Amino acid sequence: MKLLKLVPDDTNIDFVRLRGWAFGLTLLLSVLAIGITFTKGLNFGVDFEGGLMIEERFASPPDLDKLRQVVGAQGLGEASIQQFGDAKTLTIRLPVQQGADEGATNAAVKKVETAVAQAFPGATFSRYSTISGKVSGELIRNGILAVVLSVLGIGLFAIVRFEWQFGVSTIAAIVHDLIMTLGFFALTQFEFDLNIVAAVLTIIGYSINDKIVIDDRIRENMRRYRKMDMREIVNLSVNETLPRTVMTTVTILLALGALLFLGGHVLRGFTAAMILGIVVGTYSSIYVSSSLLISLGLRANPAPTAPGRGGIENAERIGPRGE
Amino acid sequence: MLDFPRWKVVSIWLTIIALVALAIPSLIPQRITDSWGFNPPRINLGLDLAGGSYLLLEADVKEVAANRIEAMREQVQTEMRRQKPRIEIGDISTRGGRLSFLLRDPSQVDAARERLLAITGGGVGLTGQREWDLQVVDTSRIVLTPTQAGLTQAVDTAMGDATEVVRRRIDELGTREPTIVRQGSNRIVVQVPGLQNPQALKDLLGKTAKLEFKLVDESASPQQLASGQAPAGSQILPYPTNPAGIPVIAVKRSAILTGDQLTDARQEFSQQTNEPQVAITFDSQGGRKFARVTTENVNKPFAIILDNQVISAPNINEPIIGGRAQISGSFTTESANALAIALRSGKLPVTLKVVEESTVGPDLGAESIRAGTLASAVAVALVVAFMLVTYGRFGVYSNLAVIINVFVIVGVLALIGGTLTLPGIAGFVLTIGTAVDNNVLINERIREERRRGRSVIQSVELGYTEASRTIFEANITHAISGIIMFLLGSGPVKGFAVVLLIGIASSVFTAVLFTRMLTAQWLRRNKPKTITI
Repeated sequence: MKLLKLVPDDTNIDFVRLRGWAFGLTLLLSVLAIGITFTKGLNFGVDFEGGLMIEERFASPPDLDKLRQVVGAQGLGEASIQQFGDAKTLTIRLPVQQGADEGATNAAVKKVETAVAQAFPGATFSRYSTISGKVSGELIRNGILAVVLSVLGIGLFAIVRFEWQFGVSTIAAIVHDLIMTLGFFALTQFEFDLNIVAAVLTIIGYSINDKIVIDDRIRENMRRYRKMDMREIVNLSVNETLPRTVMTTVTILLALGALLFLGGHVLRGFTAAMILGIVVGTYSSIYVSSSLLISLGLRANPAPTAPGRGGIENAERIGPRGE
Repeated sequence: MLDFPRWKVVSIWLTIIALVALAIPSLIPQRITDSWGFNPPRINLGLDLAGGSYLLLEADVKEVAANRIEAMREQVQTEMRRQKPRIEIGDISTRGGRLSFLLRDPSQVDAARERLLAITGGGVGLTGQREWDLQVVDTSRIVLTPTQAGLTQAVDTAMGDATEVVRRRIDELGTREPTIVRQGSNRIVVQVPGLQNPQALKDLLGKTAKLEFKLVDESASPQQLASGQAPAGSQILPYPTNPAGIPVIAVKRSAILTGDQLTDARQEFSQQTNEPQVAITFDSQGGRKFARVTTENVNKPFAIILDNQVISAPNINEPIIGGRAQISGSFTTESANALAIALRSGKLPVTLKVVEESTVGPDLGAESIRAGTLASAVAVALVVAFMLVTYGRFGVYSNLAVIINVFVIVGVLALIGGTLTLPGIAGFVLTIGTAVDNNVLINERIREERRRGRSVIQSVELGYTEASRTIFEANITHAISGIIMFLLGSGPVKGFAVVLLIGIASSVFTAVLFTRMLTAQWLRRNKPKTITI
């Protein structure tokens, strides 16, 4: 049987030679992403801003101006109306209601529902949520804390298991991934809610996973070819792990693609974030973290570290055994 | 590395069979498992999938503190009076979050201190911190300040009681499988699947249901009522439906009876007016006390007070001796029923406010399940096909591992009583993708070693050893972010993290043990000279 090989056996791309260009491109994109994030801002979901969100499903795509008028006439503050999924599903966002007790928000939900049902026959509500300003503040804090702790925890792990350069380059690459993801959300104005924080954390997890695989190979090759130049080692390692990188990226994208197209509209922003993160994470594994190792002055024959931990010292001695 | 003794093979298979078996009840319809005669663990669906209401209730810590000082004030007053010699106190103040009062006779300071030490309690918890700090200022003023430890414990107790009351009230509503959990120091999460209109629930939980019967102070002048200055020993309370026209009334401070002495409360219809009302039954002690007070105060009015608001102030026409009474006011059948439930379930020790709420309609939930299941199935099919064309026989082993992973995640989730949420489904799909990664790492390594010219056995062996290390490192880092998500995340994020963590554990297990076992057995049986990978 002829098996599929996405990456030919003798692939040897000179990734390191391109890294000057790549650094420039990365820098440019990062600056753009930061710029967009600051100028356009993120479209925070109701979890983070506090307020009221009602999702309505209509019998046919409604006239947005009319809907805006109907909701605006309720005197509940400035409403923002957004399409969600298809043209028949819309979300109506309202600011935190005055009075701040459950009575006020409830009355608001009722008002909107009744008014919308009257103006658009066949409209039904799918879900709603209200979050007070205080709770949303906590959610933001916990979200940021989770991201920061993840990055630090993983960076620390990389430093303990490898040399410090790996920790630094890994954290740099993760920060790059985060900036890109935020830029993507600012650019597309997809809603940034609590679920997206989960997506961001997953992107971090995956991206690190990807980097550790390459870092692990770099470390292995550093010990195997002690005389080799660091550039060559990085190139060799990236090329050796390339089949795996491509394979895994493709399988995950297949799975996420199924989710994007078939998983329903509620998860669409979440899945889009994840797909972007996987692509960006794969790029940064090669061009941010690995290339940065060279710039950070990692040497091929470092001072001997604690032996036996990785088990790689024994690699060449393993021979056939058993039958 | 390729040596698999019989015990190892047996235990790997047993583990897999057990975990897969756990998944089965969750994958078949409930009505079939219901006929089994026992209740197998099933996956709970989160509210975003099942539809229903989620409420986050928050208690006001300041209120707990204020109530506690108020209670201490009453206790101090009785204690000083109860024992001989009486200690006269005055100028009682509860301002500034502490209780202070003046001793009429400064020579009684030591006696007073002794009595106070007895009622302000010993230490709290293991550290033995006191609940109250006692200070004597200017030889005759005593100041009691609640300590942080004491307050923390009071909040904790109040929240424990409040959670119980909330549970009883929701049970009375007859909804199915509500989840009521305390969160943090002063919050309660309530999840009620299937509930579409949480209004009734919120009305019910918004009521403290502190019921009191107090005598009306008829000596209060209209000026006093208007200015809010009650005569000594009395207080002015709001009375919105007062037939006298002014929306307040003066009542005695001390209560004849409180809601704690109830045994039952039911909604019924008045025999005279046919209006809804609430019939209450006192316990024997409360009934006796009520009989005595009403006998002494015939032809005087008393006030029925709910949550510090007078709902009616009927006249005592004759002594009420049966231990039963009716509360009538401007009730609807629903509001009378809600009050009866609230009274039956006891009063909340603290007011709860809804700070977060969400409700998902059943259609959206059902659609999400359908879409999620379809997406998962397609994801598995695509991945399996892709692995098969890429790795051949080794792809088949990897695919077996992936499919076992699916079952293991479902099984473990059911076993630990986890909840599957919509982001959980996303976590599930993502795990299918990453589970493959472990196998990809192994298979690619075997390919590499073959290219370097090693023998079949050597390549496979080296492939597993080398890749196992990478797998271990990569998955640990992945798990670190999963654990942080689990610890800090709330609601949907937590659901996602749980699935992710189970997926990481099971994919490492299936990749480094299960597929290795299959490969080793095949190699031993067939002793191939060459392999296609």
